[in-house]
Formats: sequence, structure tokens, C-alpha cells
Amino acid sequence: MTARKKSQRSELVIVERDGAINHRPAAIPPNQRKLTFGDRWSYAPAPEASDYIKIGPRYQLFIGGKFVAPRSGKYFDSINPATEEKLAEIADANAHDVDLAVSSARRAYNGTWKKMSGRERGKYLYRIARLIQEKSRELAVLETMDGGKTIKESRDIDLPLVAAHFFYYAGWADKLEYAFPGRTPHSLGVAGQIIPWNFPLLMAAWKLAPALACGNTCVLKPAETTSITAMHLAEIFQHAELPDGVVNIITGAGATGKAIVDHPNIDKIAFTGSTSVGKLLTQAVAGTKKKLTLELGGKAANIIFEDAPIDQAVEGIISGIYFNQGHVCCAGSRLFVQEGIFATVIRKLRDRIATLRVGNPLDKNTDIGAINSRMQLDKICELVDSGLKQGAKLVQPRLRLPAKGYWYPPSFFTGVTASHRIAQEEIFGPVLSVMTFRTPEEAIERANNTPYGLSAGVWTDKGSKIFKIVNKLRAGVVWANTYNKFDPTSPFGGYKESGFGREGGVHGLLPYLTLN
Amino acid sequence: MASVATAFPTGLMPLRLKLQEVRTAAGDGADEIDMVINRGVFLAGDHDRVFDEIAATKEACGTAHLKVILETGELQTYDNVRLASEIAMRAGADFIKTSTGKISPAATMPVTLVMFEAIRDFFYETGIRIGMKPAGGIRTAKQALAYLVMLKETLGDDWLTPDLFRFGASTLLNDVLMQIVKTVDGNYQGPDYFSLP
Repeated sequence: MTARKKSQRSELVIVERDGAINHRPAAIPPNQRKLTFGDRWSYAPAPEASDYIKIGPRYQLFIGGKFVAPRSGKYFDSINPATEEKLAEIADANAHDVDLAVSSARRAYNGTWKKMSGRERGKYLYRIARLIQEKSRELAVLETMDGGKTIKESRDIDLPLVAAHFFYYAGWADKLEYAFPGRTPHSLGVAGQIIPWNFPLLMAAWKLAPALACGNTCVLKPAETTSITAMHLAEIFQHAELPDGVVNIITGAGATGKAIVDHPNIDKIAFTGSTSVGKLLTQAVAGTKKKLTLELGGKAANIIFEDAPIDQAVEGIISGIYFNQGHVCCAGSRLFVQEGIFATVIRKLRDRIATLRVGNPLDKNTDIGAINSRMQLDKICELVDSGLKQGAKLVQPRLRLPAKGYWYPPSFFTGVTASHRIAQEEIFGPVLSVMTFRTPEEAIERANNTPYGLSAGVWTDKGSKIFKIVNKLRAGVVWANTYNKFDPTSPFGGYKESGFGREGGVHGLLPYLTLN
Repeated sequence: MASVATAFPTGLMPLRLKLQEVRTAAGDGADEIDMVINRGVFLAGDHDRVFDEIAATKEACGTAHLKVILETGELQTYDNVRLASEIAMRAGADFIKTSTGKISPAATMPVTLVMFEAIRDFFYETGIRIGMKPAGGIRTAKQALAYLVMLKETLGDDWLTPDLFRFGASTLLNDVLMQIVKTVDGNYQGPDYFSLP
């Protein structure tokens, strides 16, 4: 661009012509350059239909192919976190119920499932996958009502992945002897599986599909705040005529989980949840015959370099932390921005969170749904307060939030240091901690400076930089120029205190087999 | 009233003749001039020349507004669309427009988003609001709404005005009329009811 043209541009006189087409107004001074994200042409409500959904009023335990009342006789309420209304009563299993479930799983293993050919097992899994696909919309609405996640996500991300995992592992059921050349695989027996509330159906699929494909039978405990879709999955198992006892679903809270972990007749424990509970579990199974895999928390570093495609990187950063309200173990919760583009990135983040819609998770336009429980909301608020007390600066849109329900607006902190609690502890909410760096070596060192090691993200247009950095990041899953991409063919799991064992891909078979 | 000029749609004439066309159109009373950039020169990497041609065209417009058509279908990559947008805005465009409508692909959501993002950064840098016009390929009211949502969430409420955003479309009008009539009497007419193609 020649200097002559530039100066000609700045001398251009803007002539206002009366009444006719409005000429471009004079340049707005720097401190007034703001975008307005307001109520002009606001969106009409776009609720997903839910009037055909049948919930409860009461769900029993699923043992031996039937729905049976809990020996304890006790039930607890499951509520919709967006409205705080009671949805249904969930059975509270005690140690006796757990024993019945494990015995049922053991009988099914010895009597039926262990003897069945891989091909026949695969047929059941294919049938289950198809039934899940048929009922996808209904399951997505249920998942949203029970857990608070947006219908956009449960419909477009969770449910397709649930079906995909069953389809994928159905394909492995009759090919196990080819999965590990030179080794002969054998199933383990009965697997006790405990899953969290952030992706209820998806976590159930991640546990059940590989376990069943490998010839094991299962006792599954969904999280107490999100048990409803697991019980509808049980109905699908009945519909698919899965042999009785191959899958047993036991609902309850921490005590029920402990009963499963402590049960002597279980061969394998698989747990996804918080690192603190994971540590307790490791101690509990130490010295027993039980094999263990853990998928725990994370505090992923998302690194954006000066040569990144910045607008696209911002979209990835936003989805990395605000997807599923930040209730994601692999969420990109620590953003490292190269200093030269810090002001630009912060400006774009601030504009972008102003457009995110928080509200009714069943509305198809909602971006950020409800926080899963009062307990989780309190945890988020406590950590945000700690960030403010420790001197970080909070950026948050001013939103009118519904009076009932658990809500937190998308937020980020600047002025964060590595010693702040918000830089070290998993918030598990829509809150991002932003830090800066100057050189790639510094970014790598600070990214790895965490007891966790589940995931990480790198944003740069330079391919050579991607390969070099990705190899040095101590994380089980690393995304380059994208984030939160999942696929049943891709093994998922962490290093260090994020756990051990992988779910997905051929690696996902290993937790459920012994190899001779 | 808008007029195309600069040897629309190819732009393949000597610059002095294109500028003559612009001056004539502006002189005859056009309020807006739609020019096409020189895609061959752009893709050959001579971005300075592209800039100079746009600046010269702006000068020839006089007081008329200048819409710069990038013909994004020929530019092909998003990086090219972004660069062409930046060049056009800095050289004097009042509006940047995706297409002539003579080739396919014309306007697409991703290309439009890239141009919105370029306008956004330019606004923060200079304080000047540039307009945007996606042209071609937008046939239904539903598609148009998707573009408007994308506009609202990228550039915000201030751009929701015909001074800064317009659709280049002809078939779209029929669909909009069809939707409006449907809200009034509850029935969908056929596409030929409002005007023949």
C-alpha cells in the first residue's frame, strides 16, 4: 500500500447528503468503539417439545433384567436444575441391593454371556445402538431435563456419540482376537462402573459398550443427580432382550458407590469422577484382586499463539470452557495467551461472552444451561470468590437470570497467577482463568505445571509449531486448532492425577480384558 | 440508486476505461457504485495494485458510495477473503460485497462470517463502520434469518440497519412475501404466485 493513497484516505471529506442515503458517519473515537449486543430483533422462544415425555413418577432398580424395588425401601428426589421442580423419585440402593446386582451379574456372566460368541454379543450391541438412535430425541430431552445441559448439546453431541460408541464396540465384539496380535484376550468377569453427572448417557455408553463387547457383565451406578436417562437405557436393554443380568443398573449416592467398590465378587472397577474420590477408590481396591481404571479431573491448558487464526481460536476457546456449562473434565480452563495479542483476545472474548445465551436448557437457542446442582453452584461461587480475594479481575456479562434454578453466567478472570486457586483447582463451571506468556518454552512449562494431565489445546497456524509443542505437553488428549472433539475410535484418558486407562478405540478394550 | 461499473462482472478492461465508466455512472445520478476487484491481479499476489485500483475508483465516485465486490467464489480460501476485505476497507469501500451473482459459489455463511470479522476488527481499529452485503445463493427467508442472527451475534445491534447490511437477492423476495402472506391467511402459495422467475 503506497503512502500516497493512505494520506489521501485520511483527507477524504465525508459529505452528508440531506435525506438520501446516509453516508458513512465520521470515525468514532477510540474510547467509544463498542459493539452493542442488546435486545434489538431479540429471539422468540424456541422450546423443544417435551409434552410427550413420560417421566417417573418413580424408578426402581434394574437387576436381573427386571425393575425391582430397593431392599432399603428408600427413594430420593431427582430435580430439574433449571426449575428446581421434582421430576421423579429414584431408588436408593443399599449394600444388600448391590449384592443382589453383583450376584445377578455373576450368574449372567457364568451362565450366558461368557459362553456367547463374540458375533452374538455384537448383535445385541448393534440392536441397542439402533434403539438408542430411534429414541435419540426423547433421550436428549430427558437428559436436558434431568441434568441441565442444553438441548442443543444433548441432541447434537451427546446422543449421537452414545449411539456411536455402541456401534463402534459392537464391531469389536467378534474381532477381539485380532485386536492384540499374538495375544489371546479373555474377559474379566463382573465390572462395577461408577459414572458422573456431567454426561450421564455418554459416560454410561463409554463404560458399558466396551465392557459388554469384551464379554463382561456390568453393575452400573449413575450419579445421583442424573439417574433418569440410565433407567430409560435399562428399558432399552429390556426391549433389546439383552439376557437378564448382563447389565444391572443400581441407583444411589456415595454409599451405594462404596458398596460396589467394596464388593468382593467384582473383578473390575471403572470410575469417572473427581480426583479426590478417585484417590479414595485407589486405596479401597489396593491389595484386592480388582483391576482399576480411573478417569478423573483436569485443569487443561489452552494455548493461543500470536500466529493463530484469532477469530477462530476465540470460538474454540469459548467452546472449550463454556461447552456443557464448563462441566467437562477436559475443559480448557486455563487460557495462555501470547502477550502480543493479549488485548485483542480479551476484547474478542468479552464481545463473545456478551452474545452467549444463558437460560432454559430446553430452548433451542440457549448456549449455556443450568448448573447441575446447588452443591456445584456453591463450589463455583466459592472458587470465584477466592479468585477475587486473591486479586484477579473478573469479567462477566450482566444477565437477567431466572429466579428459580441454578445459573452461572459465562465468565473469565484476567490478572491470574499460577499460585491462585482459580489457576490450580478444577472449578467445573463456566469460568476461565487467563494468563499470558512470551515464549513457547514458557507456555509449555506453565501448561505442564499442574498435577493434572488430561487434555490441552494449541492454537497456531504454523504446522511445525503444532508438532513440536504437542509432543512436549503432558496431557493424554491434545487438540490442535480445535477443542472438545470426541470420537469412539479415539482413546481418551489422562496422565498424572487425571487417572489411568483409556476409553475409546482399541485401547479402550484393554481395561476389560486380560491378555495371555 | 445503485449502479454497477468497472466492467461488471469480470473487471477485464483497462483501468482508465473502468474509471471513465464510474465517473459516467456517478455523473448520471448513481448514489452507489458497485465495483468488482481485479481477481487475477489479487490471486497473482499484487495486492498493492488491487488497493490502488479500489482507491482510484473511490476517487472517481465523487460523493457516491462505493460497494466493493470481492467475488469470493473466485478467491476460494478464507484467508484470501479476509485479506481482500481488509484491502477493500482500507482503500475506501463503504460496503464490502461477496459476489456478482454470476458464478457459483456465491455468498455462504462462512465467507460472510469472515467478512463480518474483518469489519469488526476494522471498526475497533479506525472507528469506521463498514457495511456488508452477501449476494447470491440466499433464496429463503429461513436462510436470511440465519444470516441476520450471525450478523447480530458478530457485529451487534448497530449493524441491523439497511445502511450497514443488505441482501443481494431476487428469489428471496418471493419467499419473504410467501411467508408474510402465510402468517396472514394461514396458507402457503406456490413460488410462482408472487412473480415469475
